[in-house]
Amino acid sequence: MGQFMIKVGLEVNGKKIQKEVPEHTLLSTFLREHLNLTGTHVGCDTSQCGACVVHVDGKSIKSCTALAADLNGSKVKTIEGLVKNGKMHPMQEAFKKLHGLQCGFCTPGMVMSAIDLLEHNSNPSDKEIRDWLEGNICRCTGYQNIVAAVKEAATKM
Amino acid sequence: MASLVGSRVERKEDKKLLTGRGKYTADVTFAHQTYAYFVRSPHARAEIKKVDFSKAIKAPGVVSVLTGKDIVDDKIGGLIAGWRIKSEDGSDMKVPPHPPLASETVNYVGDHVAVVIAESLDEARNAADLVKVDYKVLKAVVDTSDAMKSDQIYKDIPKNLCFDWLLGDRAKVKEAFDKADKVIKIDLINNRLVPNAMEPRAANADYNPSTEEITLYTTSQNPHLARIIISAFNGVAPENKLRVIAPDVGGGFGSKIYPYAEEVVCSWAAKKIERPVKWVADRTESFLSDCHGRDHVTHAELAVKNDGTFLGFKNETVANLGAYASVFGTVTPTYLFGPCATGVYKMPAAYTNVKAVYTNTAPVDAYRGAGRPEATYTIETLVDKAARELGIDPVEIRMKNFPTQFPFQQTLVHSVDSGDYIAGLKKAVEASDYKGFEKRKRESESKGKLRGIGVCTYFEACGIAPSPVVMMLGCGIGLWESAEVRFNPTGNVTVFTGSHSHGQGHDTTFAQIAADQLGVPMENIEISHGDTDKGPFGYGTYGSRSLTVGGTAIVKACEKIIAKGKRVAAKMLEASEDDVEFSNGEFVVAKSNKKKTIGEVAFACYLPGTYGEVKSPLPEGEEPGLKETSFFDPANFSFPAGSHICEVEVDPETGETEVVKYTAIDDFGTIINPLVVEGQVHGGLVQGIGQALYENCHYDKSGQLVTASYMDYTMPRADNFPEFNLGFTCTPATSNPLGTKGCGEAGAIAAPPTVMNAVMNAIGTEISMPATAEKVWKACKENKKTNSKAA
Repeated sequence: MGQFMIKVGLEVNGKKIQKEVPEHTLLSTFLREHLNLTGTHVGCDTSQCGACVVHVDGKSIKSCTALAADLNGSKVKTIEGLVKNGKMHPMQEAFKKLHGLQCGFCTPGMVMSAIDLLEHNSNPSDKEIRDWLEGNICRCTGYQNIVAAVKEAATKM
Repeated sequence: MASLVGSRVERKEDKKLLTGRGKYTADVTFAHQTYAYFVRSPHARAEIKKVDFSKAIKAPGVVSVLTGKDIVDDKIGGLIAGWRIKSEDGSDMKVPPHPPLASETVNYVGDHVAVVIAESLDEARNAADLVKVDYKVLKAVVDTSDAMKSDQIYKDIPKNLCFDWLLGDRAKVKEAFDKADKVIKIDLINNRLVPNAMEPRAANADYNPSTEEITLYTTSQNPHLARIIISAFNGVAPENKLRVIAPDVGGGFGSKIYPYAEEVVCSWAAKKIERPVKWVADRTESFLSDCHGRDHVTHAELAVKNDGTFLGFKNETVANLGAYASVFGTVTPTYLFGPCATGVYKMPAAYTNVKAVYTNTAPVDAYRGAGRPEATYTIETLVDKAARELGIDPVEIRMKNFPTQFPFQQTLVHSVDSGDYIAGLKKAVEASDYKGFEKRKRESESKGKLRGIGVCTYFEACGIAPSPVVMMLGCGIGLWESAEVRFNPTGNVTVFTGSHSHGQGHDTTFAQIAADQLGVPMENIEISHGDTDKGPFGYGTYGSRSLTVGGTAIVKACEKIIAKGKRVAAKMLEASEDDVEFSNGEFVVAKSNKKKTIGEVAFACYLPGTYGEVKSPLPEGEEPGLKETSFFDPANFSFPAGSHICEVEVDPETGETEVVKYTAIDDFGTIINPLVVEGQVHGGLVQGIGQALYENCHYDKSGQLVTASYMDYTMPRADNFPEFNLGFTCTPATSNPLGTKGCGEAGAIAAPPTVMNAVMNAIGTEISMPATAEKVWKACKENKKTNSKAA
């Protein structure tokens, strides 16, 4: 059972990457196993939980649903790429301030997803936030402080 | 220095978790890593005739294939039941063998048959498909209530009955029922749930042949327990040759308290092949093989007087243990369930009888609340039914039966040290605008919606637990907790705790406690947990115990530090020890301005002599260094309690139920960090509401798990909830110096009956959990029919 290898070229967190990987490599696997960017998590097998959300060309996607090779030439941003000059992104700051995370497993996906929301809706209502985050499951927080954190971040972004 | 206890301190652990710098077990990869994939039973019940892995072993990248035969040959012990329960007739519970890899029979879909270890996960998975297992399929036992009448699963366990347990006095209960004006009866199913921590279970074991040491990284709430079980019971390695590390753990909710087959197999396999072995569950594997929760079938009766006074309570429950008796599987439906089943009320007579049965389903064990949600659901839906049948307001009937004197000797076991249930319920009634309900109901009706209100008052036994008590009740371990407080020579501090944070924020709350005790700034205190090679043995995190038991151990260790510090400071300050007082991080000689900071004293402890400018000889006989350990065993459980009130709106045309208002007033005793405590309540509520409205673990008749992915098992999501309204009352616990009671499980305990009482109030019919749109819609249709006939 040989596996076919394929070249993947991406810009990840501002850095150009070239790798040869098995052709069926998912973006989530590519990030975690091939680039050791383990901040992106995998919590299900059915694209339901959203722990793996990253940005591809500025839009949030579930990285477990995309083949790395399909995204050749794209710009990928992961949770590791949010800190600038040692300072956390306003969304990360808001999650910390308002206790929007507990175990932290769903958090990277939740943060990446929430940032995408604010990038096209700068002042969402509670309902809009809850609707948007419907694709990100959190088992710890009960979502209330996540919603509060997104609202807080909206005032800072 | 202002007290940190009670402050909304932002969490110390958050930055790493928010920036992708957390380290979970799946993030750990060793050099020369191999990957394990388990061959699992596709049948709920079968005999294994033959395992043929001749093709798999030759597949590309395969390093090893191990089966149940290897487990037998290597004399690897089985997984254990940690709590020995006796039946009413005095006989011991009956426990089937539970080998980490089966060699004779498989007993649930997902049961472990073999493991394929390869250079990559893909290769392991592909080769696993080539393992041919010849099964003789047998008829599965699936249904909880039918289990005792079904085929016998294990030859030595008649009626599939593990035990038939009684707590309470049947004769006294009969007397009470004979005196009753009315007997209220209820039949309930407590739906089976899957804990679903977002981080799937994982294990990665490394073996060093030179030192014969195994290092096991695992997703555990309790690494010390994993170590002792894998050593002493599974016999994989002596305890001193097994290091267990639970790094960042992505939630547990009970499902990660104890080691599973996979941790045992990875550790043992790593030793056999002398290479690290990594296994990470996919979500379907988690659904199949994580221990599940709840799954009770209950008939309960309440004897009442016409004025609403409770006279007696009966509880007959069948509890599903799944295929094997898991570590806390047998205590969950007994001592964690029975004593709480009479609720917060004065109940002159009561008993709980539990028949625990084996079925061909995944093992059932502790899940958030463990036994106490089942107890609370039973009594609180029954009390509501009594209120309906007697025509008494649900708040009033509860108020009438509350104890008013504390300590309160609860009917079946517990002596509840403190509480004020009346104050809690009053506060909930106010905060929820209970009296304004009728107006809101009319408003809902004008939109074509049915509105219901539900009340629940609960208490729970937490702070698990006094070792002598639990050991007398059959627990195979103690349940004290340890702490070590270690001053570094430069004056900063590391606190080691035997409990383990997997989302609860111990790095922060424990540092708040130590900072207050020692007068050292919080940023100079690190909390260390989760590594058996670092801190002392401990019992981990579950049963709302970490703060109450583990936090107290920290206080006790700090007290020892201060006691030694006083002796050293007295010598340094040339004063009598009796004259030295400690406050705000300083040792001060009374009525003088002579003082030393705790940092200076720590430094002196590490440099006990005279060297240049340093002049700090220790008192005679005093050992150098500044590090103290405490093992705290609580004298009693702690008893959080509260009153929750929920309002739902039901659309009778679609059956959809929306929680529109939820008020939770809880008494957790002293609160260390309100930010963290509120988060715990929110999370618990969502799990509890999830049980009431959405979640259900379903096996079909053949024992196939139908709900084995997030496409089929309804997880609560952000858009399912309103903003919760929280409030607190505080009666400090008297059984620990902090006065804390625990807060982790309350939401999951109180929410199911609160929500279900509201749903039943809205639709006017009894309905079982989860109250899905389909069920509610059918109930509404049925009501319409009945009403039109009556008309």
